[in-house]
Amino acid sequence: MRRDRLIFEQSTPGHRAVTFPHSGNSPMESFLPAEMLRQHEADLPEVSELDVVRHFTHLSQLNFSVDTHFYPLGSCTMKYNPKVNDYVAALPGMANVHPLQPVATTQGLLQLLAELEQFLCEICGMDAFTLQPCAGAQGELTGMLMIHAYHKTKGRQRHKVLVPDSSHGTNPSSAHLCGYEVVMVPSTSDGEVDLAAFTKALDEDVAAVMFTNPNTYGLFESRIVELARVAHAKGALLYYDGANLNALCGLARPGDVGFDVVHVNTHKTFSTPHGGGGPGAGPVGVKKILEPFLPVPRLRRERNGWNWDDNRPQSIGRVRAFYGNIGILVRAYAYIRAHGFEGLQRNSRAAIVNANYLKEKLKQDFPPAFDRPCMHECILMASQYRANGILPRDIAKRLLDYGVHAPTIEWPVHGALMIEPTETESRSTLDKFIEAMRQVAQEIRSDPEKVKGAPQTMPVSRLDEVKAARELDIVFSNPL
Amino acid sequence: MDYIPSTEADLQTMIADIGVRDFEQLIASIPRDLRVARLNLPPPLTELELVRELQRLAGQNRSLDQLVSFLGAGGYEHFIPSAIDPLVMRGEFYTAYTPYQAEASQGTLQAIYEYQTMIARLTGMDVSNASLYDGASALAEAALLCLNAAPQRKAVAISSAIHPEYRQTVRTYLQGHDVEIIELPVHDGQTDVGALADRTDLAAVLMQSPNYFGCVEPMAQAAEAAHAAGSLFVACVNPISLGVLAPPGEYGADIAVGEGQPLGIPVGYGGPWLGFFATSRKLVHRIAGRIVGCTRDAYGERGFVLTLQAREQHIRREKATSNICTNQALMALRACIYMSLIGKQGLRELAELNVRRAHLCAKTIAHIPGYRLKYTAPFFNEFMVVCPIPAQTVCDQLLAEGIVAGHPMGNDLLVCVTETKSEADIDRFANALMRVKR
Repeated sequence: MRRDRLIFEQSTPGHRAVTFPHSGNSPMESFLPAEMLRQHEADLPEVSELDVVRHFTHLSQLNFSVDTHFYPLGSCTMKYNPKVNDYVAALPGMANVHPLQPVATTQGLLQLLAELEQFLCEICGMDAFTLQPCAGAQGELTGMLMIHAYHKTKGRQRHKVLVPDSSHGTNPSSAHLCGYEVVMVPSTSDGEVDLAAFTKALDEDVAAVMFTNPNTYGLFESRIVELARVAHAKGALLYYDGANLNALCGLARPGDVGFDVVHVNTHKTFSTPHGGGGPGAGPVGVKKILEPFLPVPRLRRERNGWNWDDNRPQSIGRVRAFYGNIGILVRAYAYIRAHGFEGLQRNSRAAIVNANYLKEKLKQDFPPAFDRPCMHECILMASQYRANGILPRDIAKRLLDYGVHAPTIEWPVHGALMIEPTETESRSTLDKFIEAMRQVAQEIRSDPEKVKGAPQTMPVSRLDEVKAARELDIVFSNPL
Repeated sequence: MDYIPSTEADLQTMIADIGVRDFEQLIASIPRDLRVARLNLPPPLTELELVRELQRLAGQNRSLDQLVSFLGAGGYEHFIPSAIDPLVMRGEFYTAYTPYQAEASQGTLQAIYEYQTMIARLTGMDVSNASLYDGASALAEAALLCLNAAPQRKAVAISSAIHPEYRQTVRTYLQGHDVEIIELPVHDGQTDVGALADRTDLAAVLMQSPNYFGCVEPMAQAAEAAHAAGSLFVACVNPISLGVLAPPGEYGADIAVGEGQPLGIPVGYGGPWLGFFATSRKLVHRIAGRIVGCTRDAYGERGFVLTLQAREQHIRREKATSNICTNQALMALRACIYMSLIGKQGLRELAELNVRRAHLCAKTIAHIPGYRLKYTAPFFNEFMVVCPIPAQTVCDQLLAEGIVAGHPMGNDLLVCVTETKSEADIDRFANALMRVKR
């Protein structure tokens, strides 16, 4: 029996898992006009509850995850997600509350959200935070819209946004969504923004510059204060992509550098679960000058307690319905309360030590792209194995056979692996990973075919991505 | 409390192995004057203390378990089968990332493929993506898709019967674009699409059914009017209603979006929820967000991968169809498990139960002196009641009895009745309304 059948392939007419109380026999036509009614039932599966439980339990077992495997996926911060956060987020007083309930019945939750805004201000060095954006990318959109609104009130719209060539793809995409022309700034061979090229690209038409710091090479931009100064001198605002805040948390604050807008990816810095690709949360912090533009509604302390305030005429509006991904924000709140300043700082420190340890131990077989201490992640070169016919993706797939999730490959440096061990991995796990990497390097030299044929131990062997895109099949039994 | 396994001694050994004198040498690139000495945060808590603290805060909220709620207005209290939580909370789903590494992510990928299939079948559309953030942002992404598909058309018509927060979200997303937004008027709870006939510049017509007031819209006529004006038609729908109401695919919608929260996701004070997004086949290359495709592996076995990635920001950067990166994978998984459990027959029965209970409640309230139904248009599980006094006063008085009467708007009260309200609950509600002091 094929074990990974689709749920539809297990369907048997008449089988079911859930029944409902009988509600009478009056036909739907007595309530709704016949022409508005559905003619044929939606063809959902007909299966028993046990079928469903076995099916999805089996599917889960086909995944690598932080709970089951070392997952050093660079730039994604796959660290341990504390179970207590799931427990507290599921308390009925947190999870089973309707967003439009009278505020008198939700004061505990509003208090929590208000405190979380304050914590984030303190951690990032900002003046105000919104918790509304659903994810980092939506946070970027929110931030760029506020920058757009700011320049508009200054009486002169600017048209360009500067983005380093190493930035996440969401940066140019978010800027473009706000109608900005995106200008790429090159990096120098030391892995930092080219100050001369940056200064040259800056003019009075630049609305904002977007930086990730530590940057996507895993390096702290040592000239960041100077970059900030020249940008501000031209009237541009500074946007901080918080993708790598997890390495800086408790060590330094983007607000102190001069950043005007900050977004935070809660799944990275504050360890909310990645969930297979969401849900996330992307709180956005601003300096005073941008506070009037924050999305509505805002939390406001009134005589009787917390309330939502919609009356903010300069606001960019809202980026979603209701207030944010509250279940995720509760987890982030709990994480910050558990750690305090001391814990957050220890996290950054251990993440940086772990990454440098891997970089040092692996440099014989995989030389670092930048020969200097890294922050929380390191980029190691694999292009030397091209001569053996081996690409980074082959190494990534072979590592799966060693029970390790693959690092990020070919980004942001071609021919490289990007490795982020995180602070929650022990030295013994790192040592096992180092051993696996060395063995793969050995195999590349002695038996490259084995590496090219990887993975051998996974539920499927290498998948044909070209076929997937050419012969599009994205809905079962309805190929396009 | 932290979750670092290494002891201080371990870290010191590793620092020595790295070949530096101390940790400071590793972070020498951070200028000294930027270092923080301390952050003003509450002191760290042990797990025991943390749980107590969060229980205290949770205790200051009244959950729906403690109330009888007739609130809808965009968020719906539905029965959630017990099998969902333990499956979704499995660490293998819960702590995995976006399935870039397909061979190590077949569970997530296959579940998304099944989700896409269920959404397509539910909406009657050809294709679905892997999900977006929520119903409001999904509607905004639909408007953007339409504008990108017809760059010479610079107007979007949006029904003013669409949820106000959805309309605001669409406006926010379109701020960076040179676009005129036309709000279509509402008569007796339904949208008047007459204005469409005069326009030649519409890229999109956005309608919601059931709309914000609970009324089912004449979607087939609206779609026809939109198409006659050369525009694409976007239907924003309640997924549970599709157990009885004609799906968007049947009335010719080009895009179907909506809030997937009713599909097994707790109300959770508004999020995380689920934006679903389905289109006709001709728009597939313009879809925002992730899409999973079926393919074969080196041995010809079936497998799943993220596909059409050339649309996305990590490849196309500023030319991407959207800036979205993550989807709501875990919420899509919830919806997928929910739809598997509810099943083909169950969805129809559930929708019928909603219709019958809501109509029973509406009829009961309409018999109470001073109360009447505001609209004559057909409705699914939500309807507007005109109260004899400000609806806020009604809500305040009923809350004292543990009843959340609905969503007040002036003298109007938007009332929602799902399968979670028994006939006894409806009687209790009606009796409380009768006792309201005027």
